[in-house]
Amino acid sequence: MHLIQYAKSFLLYEIVIGFAKTFSYMFREKVTLNYPYEKAPISPRFRGEHALRRYPNGEERCIACKLCEAICPALAITIEAEEREDGSRRTTKYDIDMTKCIYCGLCQEACPVDAIVEGPNFEFATETREELFYNKDKLLDNGDKWEAQIAANLAADAEYR
Amino acid sequence: MTELMNEYGWTLLLIVLQALAIIVPLLTCVALLTYMERKVMGAMQLRQGPQTVGPFGLLQAVADGVKLFSKEIVIPSRAHGPVFILAPMLTLFLSLVAWAVIPVNEGWAIANINVGILYLFAVSSVGVYGVLMAGWASNSRYAFLGGMRSAAQMVSYEVSMGLVIVCVLLCVGTLNLTEIVMVERTWWMNALLFPMFIVFLISILAETNRAPFDLPEGESELSGGFMVEYSGMAFALFFLGEYANMILMSAMAVILFMGGWNVPFGLEGDIINAVPGVIWFGLKTFSILFFFIWTRASLPRYRYDQLMRLGWKIFLPFTLIWVVVISGTLLYLDAFPK
Repeated sequence: MHLIQYAKSFLLYEIVIGFAKTFSYMFREKVTLNYPYEKAPISPRFRGEHALRRYPNGEERCIACKLCEAICPALAITIEAEEREDGSRRTTKYDIDMTKCIYCGLCQEACPVDAIVEGPNFEFATETREELFYNKDKLLDNGDKWEAQIAANLAADAEYR
Repeated sequence: MTELMNEYGWTLLLIVLQALAIIVPLLTCVALLTYMERKVMGAMQLRQGPQTVGPFGLLQAVADGVKLFSKEIVIPSRAHGPVFILAPMLTLFLSLVAWAVIPVNEGWAIANINVGILYLFAVSSVGVYGVLMAGWASNSRYAFLGGMRSAAQMVSYEVSMGLVIVCVLLCVGTLNLTEIVMVERTWWMNALLFPMFIVFLISILAETNRAPFDLPEGESELSGGFMVEYSGMAFALFFLGEYANMILMSAMAVILFMGGWNVPFGLEGDIINAVPGVIWFGLKTFSILFFFIWTRASLPRYRYDQLMRLGWKIFLPFTLIWVVVISGTLLYLDAFPK
């Protein structure tokens, strides 16, 4: 038994097998994704950059219920609200500190009107920290920009909610 | 003035041209080798390797070179300045100097000296000084440990490498590199030398500090070993030296065991005979270099005591016994080279 072991180690048996393995891998298909040019598919539930949505008629959805602010575990959301001239309750300030946000998705779960959502965008790196303190304009802008995909994602996920 | 020109000028020009004839192709090969290493390693790990700079990423080495050129050379305040700067220069210098005796084709060696193999062996042994100097002059614990390891490792494996070379010399009976290639070997000589070829391959891995014996660098424990304090051009010189050394050792293996510039496997044919010997030499060297890279992609790093055990307790006795076996066979068959 020992003799066989010695013979094997002396003839580099295991090493030759290992070499054959790596050689065979050389001709396999590569798994690399050329990232900026190719992207992996993402789930409809993907939790990326936040967006505030509007109704089709252009009215913003958010009713300033502050449920998202209350549930946010990272205390990233700050909301101030006032009555608008037409008597409806709206936010005057809706800030998200993206450096605090942990992308847990609780805000979009808490929202009764599907106003705040986490969209499919994950490429929002900035050069300064300040650019990551999102205000209401920025969030509504995001909503306009990504509405088509956000709506499709919400529709795809609706039956599981 | 004309007299001086006639007497020394042309000689000088010839020497400079000869030096360039080695350095330019060699550095090109080093650049291509780094590219090949990254591509082959990438393929074996299901990655793509460099593919952005130039067609198929071929200019990646140029981009890396430009980057290293433009970087600052940081000399640590407690380092020994002159030695710190000299070490990488010495490493590159030695790996270039050794090429003077390598015959890449029949009669293509710049210096066809009679003790070529000894010269080669001596120069590659001095290479350890570059590493030791770098390790000592950096005045850093990582670098010092790396240097010490490297010195011990290179010395250990040189012993068995020397005995391997003795085995070859017993069969061919000459120290001249061109003649080593030219001498005809019988089939049983080749069979007897094959185990020595394997030992030689493994020893040159250790000699050039390549995986799985890259303990002097050992980035996981020594974070870069003797090179840890180097940056910019000084690092680039080390890098070039190391890769030039790899090519040198591969060329040495080709000369000693694979028949140099001769047509391999006894192939025949008009086309094959028309191929110049230097192409065959290059292809053979390339296959050894592929083995270097293949090993790096396949095997994990050895532990230090395992490395020493392999060198002193396995290779040394084995090669010693094999010297006796080969000389015994030669004596029995009365086949000692005249």
